[in-house]
Amino acid sequence: MTSISNIKKQTSKIKIILLVILFYIVLQLLMSAQIINPYWQQIICYAGVMTISALGLNLIYGFTGQFSLGHAAFFGIGAYTSAFIIKSANFSNPLLLIIGLIAGCILAGIIALLIGLPILRLRSDYLAIATLGFGIIVKVLFDNADAVFPVLGGSRGMVGIPQLTTFTWVLVIVILAVLILRNLINSAPGRALVSVREDEIASEAVGVNTTKYKTLGFVIGSMFAGIAGALYAHLYAFLHPQNFDFLKSIDVLLIVVLGGMASISGTLIAAVVWVLILEGLRVVLPEAVLDWRLVIYPLLLILIMIFKPTGIFGGKEFKFLHYGDKNE
Amino acid sequence: MNNQPVLQITQLSRYFGGLKAVSDFDMAIAKGELVGLIGPNGAGKTTVFNLITGMYKPTSGSIKYLGEEISNFKPHQIAQKGITRTFQNIRLFASLSVLDNVRIAYHYKTDYGVTDAILHSRKFSRIEKSVQEKSMQVLKIFNLANRAYETAKNLPYGEQRRLEIARALVSAVETNEDKPRLLLLDEPAAGMNPSEIKNLMELIRFVHEKFNLTILLIEHQMKVVMGICERVVVMDFGEIISQGKPDAIQNDPKVIEAYLGKATRAC
Amino acid sequence: MAYLLQQIINGLQLGSVYALIALGYTLVYGIIRLINFAHGDVFMIGAYLGFYAILRFNLPFPVALIFAMLGCAVIGIVIEKLAYRPLRNAPRIACLITALGVSLFLENFTSLKFLFGPNYLAYPRPFAVVNYNIGSLTISNIQILVFVIAILLMILLQIFVTKTKTGMAMRAVAYDKSTAQLMGINIDYIITITFGVGSALAGAGGVLFGIAYPQIHPFMGIMPGLKAFVAAVLGGIGIIPGAMLGAGIMGMVEVLTSAYISSTMRDAIAFLVLLIVLLIKPAGLLGKSSIEKV
Repeated sequence: MTSISNIKKQTSKIKIILLVILFYIVLQLLMSAQIINPYWQQIICYAGVMTISALGLNLIYGFTGQFSLGHAAFFGIGAYTSAFIIKSANFSNPLLLIIGLIAGCILAGIIALLIGLPILRLRSDYLAIATLGFGIIVKVLFDNADAVFPVLGGSRGMVGIPQLTTFTWVLVIVILAVLILRNLINSAPGRALVSVREDEIASEAVGVNTTKYKTLGFVIGSMFAGIAGALYAHLYAFLHPQNFDFLKSIDVLLIVVLGGMASISGTLIAAVVWVLILEGLRVVLPEAVLDWRLVIYPLLLILIMIFKPTGIFGGKEFKFLHYGDKNE
Repeated sequence: MNNQPVLQITQLSRYFGGLKAVSDFDMAIAKGELVGLIGPNGAGKTTVFNLITGMYKPTSGSIKYLGEEISNFKPHQIAQKGITRTFQNIRLFASLSVLDNVRIAYHYKTDYGVTDAILHSRKFSRIEKSVQEKSMQVLKIFNLANRAYETAKNLPYGEQRRLEIARALVSAVETNEDKPRLLLLDEPAAGMNPSEIKNLMELIRFVHEKFNLTILLIEHQMKVVMGICERVVVMDFGEIISQGKPDAIQNDPKVIEAYLGKATRAC
Repeated sequence: MAYLLQQIINGLQLGSVYALIALGYTLVYGIIRLINFAHGDVFMIGAYLGFYAILRFNLPFPVALIFAMLGCAVIGIVIEKLAYRPLRNAPRIACLITALGVSLFLENFTSLKFLFGPNYLAYPRPFAVVNYNIGSLTISNIQILVFVIAILLMILLQIFVTKTKTGMAMRAVAYDKSTAQLMGINIDYIITITFGVGSALAGAGGVLFGIAYPQIHPFMGIMPGLKAFVAAVLGGIGIIPGAMLGAGIMGMVEVLTSAYISSTMRDAIAFLVLLIVLLIKPAGLLGKSSIEKV
């Protein structure tokens, strides 16, 4: 590596950092000046939340090759955990949200570990239905959670959750998620994850403990979902088990598949575009046309699968998400 | 210690239902040997490989590597001990780069954790740099250095075979230098043209010496077997029917019968 | 005891409906190794077709049933042609995602107001409900109808698969696609027939579900579809008697959970069964496990 290319890399790194800061300041100003109204503020934050969750699923499915239809369950676990702690402790300082975020993230990770160890032995479509079954079981448990913890509200929904999620929080976690994922993928453990997706038998044959790495990908991906769920809980202040059902897992899957398998950039773009279109169009479009949104997106999914199964940005990345060694 | 065989297989059997894929198989390989395993299709050669590398569990029998029983180990544990293989129908990490295929083989020797990776610690950078350099050196030996950034599946067939051997070599070598390593090659010359075969034979000979390897290879191309193997083991119907020096094997009537059939056994 | 017996009868009724759906899953999976998630929605469409046939066109029940079956057969075949056929050689997960897409499409498309609409509809009963009391047990004529039709259809399927040339070709394709092709079997034709037959059975299931649990809506297919799929896996996917056995067990488990534990827990128990089966005997009760080739 020559020093010139090193300097080049450094300057482009600084450029990216400056751009992100600029983006943050501009949006923050627009929000506090109410040019972006609270409704849109919430949508922007929601886009960030979905981005984090989808990055997690892309790690599990796109990079590690383990198809999961239960992602919303981990999202829900994070959401309820954080909501439970913050509401019970009656925190109102946005900084204390960190406690809920960490708790939601860790509990999602622990449950992913416990469920992942047995079910990740299954392959392809069998794994898909096992994770789907797990997701449905978790949803039913949310429905009945009030029997044990009345504050969770069960099928009536959980109300009065402190609204601590701010745009700053969301952006910070999105950036962390992107960096963690990028650094992980461009490392020895990351390459081991990808080798499992490519060919499990071959990766065992070169000494990769595939069970360990499948579980690693699944746990980290689910932790992303957990922290995203925690942000979600304190964004809307209301949780309902329906927010974490099977269809919600498909939403995240759709973002990953449309954006592109194993592409961080693709997930970033797809998550933001998807939320802005789906939620944003709600205010713009007349009601009659609105229902068609839900008809069009499954059609998109089918068309992508038929014509470009790796997704729009499959395997491709923005320059700043590359790491180091590409000779291009 | 020096006379201890690298690999000692005794009374190894593997049945699939009623089919005896491998039965009462005995074999010992000494350090540094280059042994050929041959036999007609369906003789059970690849099953022996799958048993040695832990992909199948034996029905009965024992496999000892440097005196240690390994038949209950998982494939990756066996690979980490220094026994690695290639596959009959090439199993590369197809959509990854050539370089990454080799780098993955270094993975369990890269001595940093997930935290180092995520934080890009100094340790991470140092080890990554050395892995990168070592991988490029290996690619140079295998004449693949100029392909390092190409996608593995886009390589021509012969180069894919070479890359697979390079990958297996990397995961076997790099352990303790004095420790013997065992490389299992499953039909490395399959599908190659004569000039590619010639290069391959030179390559195998070269890495055998340079890396101090013990090699067991399955091959149908008699030219390869006779040209590079010091000893040949012949299998048929899951059993060893003959073994010895290549030229002795060639004239063994049992071997001829296995390949061509007896005059009376019209088939 | 009488209560338990009564629950078993109710469980069998539900199981019969599941069996009709599960058969379609199992037939399709047996042939192209695809979990056809849209199958539950074909079941839903069957219920609606029966609904319109009875209520709008005033057709007698048997005609309505056949109408729904034929309609679903056509829809199943069209889905296969448009969505699955282009992916015939794609990875299994790609097909699975497509099937999810088809499923969502059918649910949301039929929810549009000019089609079925998003609301719950009350299902018309083709005849008055009569309850027969045997001792302390109660069986309704609806239940008898559900049993009789379900069993009749399963017998017909069994005859079709074992005695007709097409049915035997179907089994051959399920067993070994490439060899079947060498034997001169037209694979595309067999797949079409499979989707047709499977979807027709789901359609019948939809109509029976409608008259037994008289309420329908466009998302009604998701849960019965998934549970029927669980039933197929439980029995051993790809195996016809397995699907029936699994469906019987699933119906029973669900009704008994509602009766003795809690009706809100029944979905959880159903999928717990799935996880247990997958972890202990993924090939299902009647399936044989296979060794992966290296």
